Amino acid sequence: MKTPAQHLRDALQASPTPDRRRFLAGLGALPLLGAAASAPLPASAAVKTQARIVIAGGGAAGLTAASRLSTLLEGASITIVDARKEHYYQPGFTLVAAGIKPQNYVVSGTGDYVPKGVEWVADKVAEIDPEGRKVVTAGGKSLPYDFLIVATGLELNYGGIQGMDTARIGQNGLGSIYHSPQAASATWQAMSGFADKGGVALFGRPAGEMKCAGAPLKYTFITDDHLRRRNNRSKAELIYMAQSKSLFGVPIVAEKVRMLFQDRGVKVNHEHVLQSIDLDKRVATYKTPTGTAEQGYDFINVVPPMRAPEVVRNSPLPWTEGPFAADGWVEVDRDTLRHKRYPNVFAVGDIAGVPKGKTAASVKWQVPVAVAHLVGDISGQAATDVYNGYTSCPLITRLGQAMLIEFDYKDNLIMSFPGVIAPLEELWISWVMKTMALKPTYLSMLRGRA
Amino acid sequence: MKELDPMVFLAVFQEMLGPMLWVMLIVAALAVAAFVGLLVRDRGIVSRRLVRAELLGLLGGIVALVIMAQVSSSGFTDAGGPADWFLIALVYGVGAVATTILTYAAMGWMSGQTTRS
Repeated sequence: MKTPAQHLRDALQASPTPDRRRFLAGLGALPLLGAAASAPLPASAAVKTQARIVIAGGGAAGLTAASRLSTLLEGASITIVDARKEHYYQPGFTLVAAGIKPQNYVVSGTGDYVPKGVEWVADKVAEIDPEGRKVVTAGGKSLPYDFLIVATGLELNYGGIQGMDTARIGQNGLGSIYHSPQAASATWQAMSGFADKGGVALFGRPAGEMKCAGAPLKYTFITDDHLRRRNNRSKAELIYMAQSKSLFGVPIVAEKVRMLFQDRGVKVNHEHVLQSIDLDKRVATYKTPTGTAEQGYDFINVVPPMRAPEVVRNSPLPWTEGPFAADGWVEVDRDTLRHKRYPNVFAVGDIAGVPKGKTAASVKWQVPVAVAHLVGDISGQAATDVYNGYTSCPLITRLGQAMLIEFDYKDNLIMSFPGVIAPLEELWISWVMKTMALKPTYLSMLRGRA
Repeated sequence: MKELDPMVFLAVFQEMLGPMLWVMLIVAALAVAAFVGLLVRDRGIVSRRLVRAELLGLLGGIVALVIMAQVSSSGFTDAGGPADWFLIALVYGVGAVATTILTYAAMGWMSGQTTRS
């Protein structure tokens, strides 16, 4: 067994293999997000071009792509289209809903991260026309492109749950973290009220693809811990409604979570998908293999179904068959993020129709690959970069501890700190990374500096 | 080896600390310079002064741990494995050494004492 120091020495001496690169990256960028690719770009290598590049969406993926492109290309016309002026640091939503961070911890401005030389059109994308190679905004502005990066993010389909009303998040035991910073904060109020009294709390996740699949699990653990800290755990029943027969997409992680839930006394019902909710009577109805099942609650964290935004679903870009077709995820090659039918189109972030992912860590790993292939097209030197599905999830298991879980397309566990941080161990150091290092690393990523 | 770029560290710490990063780096550099200057002036370590500085250093380590707990919204009962104890020792060590050097340098230059004990 090698010590970390030996690993580092080996890595510094030899030509970097992918594993060694990852280890070094983990050291370099501090944790998590840093575990993936990258580092700053060599400015001297800028490729001269007149190419018109449109980036549809100015969230984590769109801004990161803009930063990297603006460094790698000289003379290109790069345009970001996004109507939202606020930028949300979404990995922090759970901390807001845990009562650890204030609401403003997750809010900044899109304009803060738009790189110099990149035009930001503050309007909604209304139409994507890959045949005519143009994007049209809600205001009617037509933006022709040579290359398109689709980074629209996804749509929270609260309408998919009958009876759900997002205006009532925070009231009568209703929580829903994902909706917005305000909703995350309101969810904390609702959960804290529950932790004072006890009762029945329901957790779960939708059946389809979702962003940060670990978040519903985290929130179950966090609620459990708040109850324990107030000596009310015995007055509460926590039920996790798993959408499938498993608790997590990666089998070894699912098994660990099963053990932890058993340890914390969290009841699990498998193959339960939230179908409708009665917000007044506080009853949730789940679709199960044998029909529907009703469950009363005192607190519920609603995680809505997620799908591609309408503008993408109405375009020719989504998969037309397979598991990603129904919700409109963009049909890209999973290794390069390049569209399978429109080679001048790439999709990165939540909207990409690839397995796993939909986290900021995926963005960190995906964007450099997509950008390398785009730049390779321009320079004529084809890129060989491959995205292996890397993503990470600091899975909070109680306030003050987390498991640093990193994995790839093949369900392999990846370790950024082999021999130092064990992936399935509940550690304070992983919590420290989540609370202290993750946001600075994320912001550095937006600016193309990490 | 582009991944092991000190610029990434710099970027992350800049985002984390803002202008405080520069203040801390300058204070650290000044303290080390003052300490080294003192070694040259006194032609070695003054043991009595070092022992006193180390006593304050023990407190400095504790202060570093308290600050760490504050900013990470957690406490040290949260330690769950060897990596955690390593981090705790590291934070304590950095706090203790930094305080010792600062105190030793301050005491030396303020007392103006040049004799070796």
